[in-house]
Parts: sequence; C-alpha cells; structure tokens
Amino acid sequence: MAAIRRSLRGRLRRGTAEAGTAAAPQREAAPLAPEPAPVEIAPTDPLLALFEGASGVVDVEELELDSPAVRELKAAGVKLAVPLVSQGELIGVLNLGPRLSEQDYSSDDRKLLDNLAAQAAPALRVGQLVREQEAEAATRQRFEQELEVARLIQQHFLPKELPDLPGWQIASYYRPAREVGGDFYDVIPLPDGRVGFVVGDVTDKGVPAALVMSATRSVLRASAQRLIEPGEVLERVNEHLCPDMPEKMFVTCLYGVLDPSTGHLRFANAGHDLPYVKTADGVVELRARGMPLGLMPGMPYEEKEATLQPGDSVLLHSDGVVEAHDPDRDMFGFPRLKETMADTPGGQQLIDRVLHDLEVFTGPGAEQEDDITMVTLQRSAGERHAVASSNGSVLAEFEVPSAPGNERQAMELVESAVADLGIEAARIERLKTAVGEATMNAMEHGSEYRADRPVSIRVLHSGDRLRVQVSDRGDPADLPEPETPDLEAKLEGRQEPRGWGLFLIEKMVDEARVTSEGGGRTVELALRLEGGGDGGD
Amino acid sequence: MAATELQAAVREHDGVAVIDLRGDVNSSAEIALNEAYAEAASRGTGSVALNFEHADYINSTGIALIVGLLAQARTNGIEVKAFGLSDHYREIFEITRLADFMTITD
Repeated sequence: MAAIRRSLRGRLRRGTAEAGTAAAPQREAAPLAPEPAPVEIAPTDPLLALFEGASGVVDVEELELDSPAVRELKAAGVKLAVPLVSQGELIGVLNLGPRLSEQDYSSDDRKLLDNLAAQAAPALRVGQLVREQEAEAATRQRFEQELEVARLIQQHFLPKELPDLPGWQIASYYRPAREVGGDFYDVIPLPDGRVGFVVGDVTDKGVPAALVMSATRSVLRASAQRLIEPGEVLERVNEHLCPDMPEKMFVTCLYGVLDPSTGHLRFANAGHDLPYVKTADGVVELRARGMPLGLMPGMPYEEKEATLQPGDSVLLHSDGVVEAHDPDRDMFGFPRLKETMADTPGGQQLIDRVLHDLEVFTGPGAEQEDDITMVTLQRSAGERHAVASSNGSVLAEFEVPSAPGNERQAMELVESAVADLGIEAARIERLKTAVGEATMNAMEHGSEYRADRPVSIRVLHSGDRLRVQVSDRGDPADLPEPETPDLEAKLEGRQEPRGWGLFLIEKMVDEARVTSEGGGRTVELALRLEGGGDGGD
Repeated sequence: MAATELQAAVREHDGVAVIDLRGDVNSSAEIALNEAYAEAASRGTGSVALNFEHADYINSTGIALIVGLLAQARTNGIEVKAFGLSDHYREIFEITRLADFMTITD
C-alpha cells in the first residue's frame, strides 16, 4: 500500500490540476521534476459538471467533451482524473499520467484511487476551511483594529464637556455606528462671551473619515477664534481643506454663533442637514445655502440669523437620524424628526425622545447604520431655569473674565436672569449699575485684570428677595469701607476725581454688603421685591 | 453688549459750545472727552453743554471724568450744562450731586 501511494504521488506531481477556487495550495517540499502549470477548469466548462457528478475515476482519454480543460489535460498526458468531491462540490482533482510500467491502470488501482479520493476529499475540505477561517479572522482583526483607531480619533476630538451657559441648556449626543462614520460636533467658547456650535459629517468611514474630521475640527476651531462671521469661518475652513482633501471625500458642516445674552443666533451651512428651531409658533428649518467643504475653493457661504426667545430650542443633527431605516427599508425622514421636536420641549429631553422614537422605528436590536449626532440648545423659559438651592433659587451662575469692559457682560446676563421677575424697569437699571460697578471693582482690585482670575456672579431669588453675589479671589482686608465722596473737595482738586464705585453700589440697591466666605471676597447686592422700596435713595 | 468707544464732537448752538457724546463714558473715554472739552473751551463761549443723548453707558470712571471736566471748567470760569440724560443717569447725577454743579435740562 505504501509503495503504491509513493508511486501515485510521483505521477501526481506531473499532472496536478486544481479546480477553481476550491483548490488547496501545494504544501509539499520542492518537487523532483518541474511542476507543470495546473489545469484550470473554467466555471462554464462542461468538465466541471462531469467531475462533480462522477462516481469515481474518470478516463481522460475517453472523454469526448467540447472542453478546453479536457484538451489541456490530454495535452499534458493525463490518463486518469480522480475528482475530489465533498458535499457535492468539486474541491480538487488528482491527475495521473501513464503508469511507469506503461501498463494500463488495473481495476485494483482504480479501486484504490476511489478509496483514496473518498478519504482525501473531506480531509482536504477541512484543511481548506481552516485556512479560509484563519484568513477571515486575520481580516476581521485588522478591520477591528482600524475601527478602534477611528473611534479613538473621533472621541479625542469631541468636546469633553459642554460649557455652562446661564439661562441656557445645552445637551449633546454622539454614538458612532459599528463602522464609525465621520460625524463630529463641537461647542466653541468665543472671546466675547458668544459660543460657536458645530455639527458636521465627513463622507466615508473609518480612519480616513476620522482623520479628515480631526483636521476640519482643528481648522474650524482656529478660524472661529479669529473670525466673527460664521460664513467667513466656513469660507476659511473650505480654503484650508480643499488642497489636501482625498478624492471623493467632502465634509458637510453647520456652524452657528450664539450670543447667550440676547439669544441671537447667526449661522452658515456647508451642505449639512438643516437644523430645526422650535418657537411658540411651531418648528421651522434654519436654511442657509453653501456647498460642502473641501469640494471646490472660493465658495461663498450664505449667512442667516434667528433670535431664540425664552423657551425656544434648536436641534442640530446628522443624517444618521433621518436616514435610519425600519425593517421595510423605509427611512425615518425629516417629517418624523420635525414631529418629534414639535412634541418635546427641548434639551436632553428632546435627545432622549428622538432616540426612543428611532429605536421604535428601526426595531429592537437593529444595527445602527451610520453615526448619530445631536446637539440641542434651549433658552430657559424663566421659571424653568431656576435650580433649587438652600438660598432659594439660583437664577444664574456664571463667570466673567477679568478684562476692561467685561462688566457690561455681567450687567446683561444679570438683566436676562431676572427678566421674568417683573421688576420695574428703573430698578433693573439701578441693579445693572450696581452689578457693573461691583464687577469692575472685583476685576480691577480683586483680580487685577488677570485673565486667570475671573469674577464669579450668582443671581439668587427667594420669595421677596433678589440677591446678586459678585465674588473675586482678592484679600477681603483690601476692600475699603464705602464713604460718601466729597464732591467739593474733588472739584477744588483736594481729592482725586475717582472713588464713586462703592458709593454708587450702595445707592443703587436696597442692601449691599461685603462678605469673605471661601477665601475670596463677595459683594452681595440685594433688592426687596413686591413693593419692597424703590432702592434708589 | 459690545462696548462703543466714545466719540465727542463739538459744535456751537445759541452761543453755547455743545459737545455731542456718542458711545460709552468709561475709562476709554478720557482722551476723547478731554480733547473735546479743550476745543469747546477754546471757542470762548463761556459755557459748554454736554449732550448725553447718545451716551448709552456711564460708569463710575465716567463720573470721575465728568468731575475732572467740571473742575477744569471751574478753573477756566466756564459754566457746564448737560442734557439728553436718561432718567437713570439723571438720577445718578443727582445722587452724586453732579447736578448741583451743572445745569441739567432735558
């Protein structure tokens, strides 16, 4: 038996043909004689069907098929072909040339070959399957590694936290699809107290999309700090991206700048899905024209404006929401999203509601097709933004960078925080002056106009009392006692013309006191509400 | 919200040198205000009127600048008037007693 096997192997070397993709590569050591080229059997060749249906050894010389493979086998001197068939599929062929003894193959030989084929075919199949699985696993691992890299890049460039804007609720949501698309969002604090909002989407997926996303985000951040108008910012980003953008890739992006003190929103759009704004009149789209970024240099970006009143909200989103499919391949679509927004107040609640509606729509356990990104901003509706605290409600809490002129910011933010309390206009003006003076004092004397020492302001409301606390990190001992300035002495040059700040603070509110809790100093301004004095004299 | 640097232009009206103030009367207004006063005083009208109609913001530093201007005018023997103040700033001029040293009209 061993002798015959060796003899067969010698011949096999000269006439091995492999059948299409089912063939296994040669594993043996270097052949004794030059290896003839394997005979390929085309999928349309009638020989394939014949081999798959053959019950054993096939006499090649007796074949009368119009088959290129048969002609090739005959030309190569193959006498017998032994199809290796596993589960009806041809996975290989043993081709034998003439016997060395030049005798015909005996019936014993044929029986032996039949037995051999019957055992070799499943073994060969198992070997092939193992190999295929190994290759698949390696591909899958490479793919997973790539996804992990893409995920890391994406996550690194998304905001770690959202800014705290008094009177506003900002919420965001980002969930990458398994194959990680190119979604991104950003919230950019701007030097003058305004805030930039970005939602974008890079075509393509995986690492290339993540890299373009990170570049876009960086250029946008840099441009946003230097330029004011959102259209100019997108123009600049487009100019930067165009030269290096990989072929067939581009970025859609919406960029808006919000002035939190007024609710004024100015925005431009580079081909991104239109955001929705919900007002007392209903839900509308915020439209502005512009080409996606990175396609063509020199593109203009239209700028539009909207003003968000208390209670209004905005939803920025990526196409992963509206392009999600249900089991019947219907899309979630814009009308459904608009409806969801109309039924929900805004903020985190809106995000939760959209996610819930999406899940119901796509069906439980459906794989997410694309990245999903949402950013919502909502202007508090007065009574809704009060946060319970032991001192009453905190109507607003914010910091102002110590720089000349920034007291105006504090004045306007306090004004909008108390807007719903129904305080008489003249008293609001007095409160603003007191807040402005207290903030100026804190910035100048407490913080020495150092950018790293901002002034903190809290607006508290409880029952009939409104309090504004202006805190800095200065030494409480340095705060001079307020005294009435001597105007005659100032006019006669015996006193500095300055020194009105503390005097004005005292005169503008019902109560003003200085405390030194928490290591710094706090000027607390109080107004009695509901007919509690006019506070002006 | 944006601060507006003060612009002060001088014109004459009925024998008074009027200084039209436009913008914020704060620390950044010092040069504009002093230059305008010097020009108004040089007109030799004997009285100078400050027009606050378009001065949207006056803070304690601005008050100090006006005190300085008043002191200067006293030395020069020039009468100072003011008009166009909002109710709020008129109240502040009264509280600070600036109103005692200048004639304030609507």
